[in-house]
Amino acid sequence: MIDVFIDVILLAFLAITAVSIVRMTNLFAIIMLFGIFSFLSAAMFVVMDAVDVAFTEAAVGAGISTVLMLATIALTRDHHEKASVSHRPWLPLTVVIVTGAALVYGTLDIPGFGDPEAPAQMHVAPYYIERSVAETGVPNVVTAVLASYRGFDTLGEVIVVFTAGIAVMLLIGGRRRKSNAGSNEGDENDK
Amino acid sequence: MDFIIGHYNYWIAIFLMMTGFYTVISRGNLVKKIIGLNIFQVSVFLLYISMSTVKGGAAPIITEGVKLYSNPLPHVLILTAIVVGVATTALGLALVVRIKEAYGTIEEDEIHQQDHSL
Amino acid sequence: MTNNLILRVVSKSLIPLIIVFALYVQFHGDYGPGGGFQAGVIMSAAIILYALVFGLDAGEQVIPSTMLRILASLGVLIYAGVGVVTLFLGGNYLDYSVLGGTRVAGQHLGILLVELGVGMTVFSVMLIIFFAFAGRGRP
Repeated sequence: MIDVFIDVILLAFLAITAVSIVRMTNLFAIIMLFGIFSFLSAAMFVVMDAVDVAFTEAAVGAGISTVLMLATIALTRDHHEKASVSHRPWLPLTVVIVTGAALVYGTLDIPGFGDPEAPAQMHVAPYYIERSVAETGVPNVVTAVLASYRGFDTLGEVIVVFTAGIAVMLLIGGRRRKSNAGSNEGDENDK
Repeated sequence: MDFIIGHYNYWIAIFLMMTGFYTVISRGNLVKKIIGLNIFQVSVFLLYISMSTVKGGAAPIITEGVKLYSNPLPHVLILTAIVVGVATTALGLALVVRIKEAYGTIEEDEIHQQDHSL
Repeated sequence: MTNNLILRVVSKSLIPLIIVFALYVQFHGDYGPGGGFQAGVIMSAAIILYALVFGLDAGEQVIPSTMLRILASLGVLIYAGVGVVTLFLGGNYLDYSVLGGTRVAGQHLGILLVELGVGMTVFSVMLIIFFAFAGRGRP
């Protein structure tokens, strides 16, 4: 009963934080709320027994993402979102409600939360859990699957991270050229 | 009542997904759109990890005396997804910085105005 | 922020601890939660903290940009290189069993090397991105 209680409290806080992110206009406050959102979701992952995922989400979401967003608003010197003057929110709201309703209709068939007989737990997971220590000698099943059983996916992921680093280096790695707005040549000095 | 307790995780994840989606399509500020995208991504992770928990199970680290473990496969997929997500966010923010230097603003309607008047 | 005494003293005592924790997470990823990604991000957080408190130039003196680019490429090279080495030793690509004497020893060595490559790449890429963002505002 107590874990249902903790679940409900954490999810309620997540929903409140997300709604306040939509409603606020001060960009600095929004970024701080996003850091809080990331931490709350990391806590949610710990409650759901996903410790590796919680570790990564806390480090990456509440750490690196927040720092980069703060650096962006420091560079763009834009601290307030412009209040919408001529926005009609009805069309986006309708799209969002229709999509949400379709998704909720889709979840009516999902087996209940935590069901040990669900089809998702039946086929591949027992194979990994039973044979991970015998075949790889590594007790952490997530690391064994990540590095050994599904090593190609991790290779692709490392290459994606490397590519993002190169792309950011190309875009904003050099010194900024003083040029007029709208006539930026796009080439930079290399350091 | 059992049905609601078994499914509210998914419904809150869908609510968060829709909140992020609404932020992306209805707000004009580029940084806020990227934050909305991140909210969307985190809620998708919540959905997947909710599908992988087992009631009474432990974290998938093999220890003596523990019989029931959570499903380790979605954890692996979501680990990859988190790192790819931060790479995408960093690239999007770098593009926002360059857009600000080129157009002088990061509000979407002002950027459209400048593009149409050229 | 160099004038702030509390920040300077506390960060000088914390940064070595953060680096040691990052190394612990990297090499104990087999026995507890952790692994390459988390370790790379935590180690880059230590250097980012140093650059935030003591200035960007001091941060860039700790690790020069050329070193970061070499480290990032080296990480990817280590990962792909382990696969090529296993090809030469007779197994499939990224089949770690042929790397050691027994099958389990080979797998353990392969996982260790691969996580090392991942940690190096993630660490250097996070720092490259941070230094790119922070260095753009300087005239």
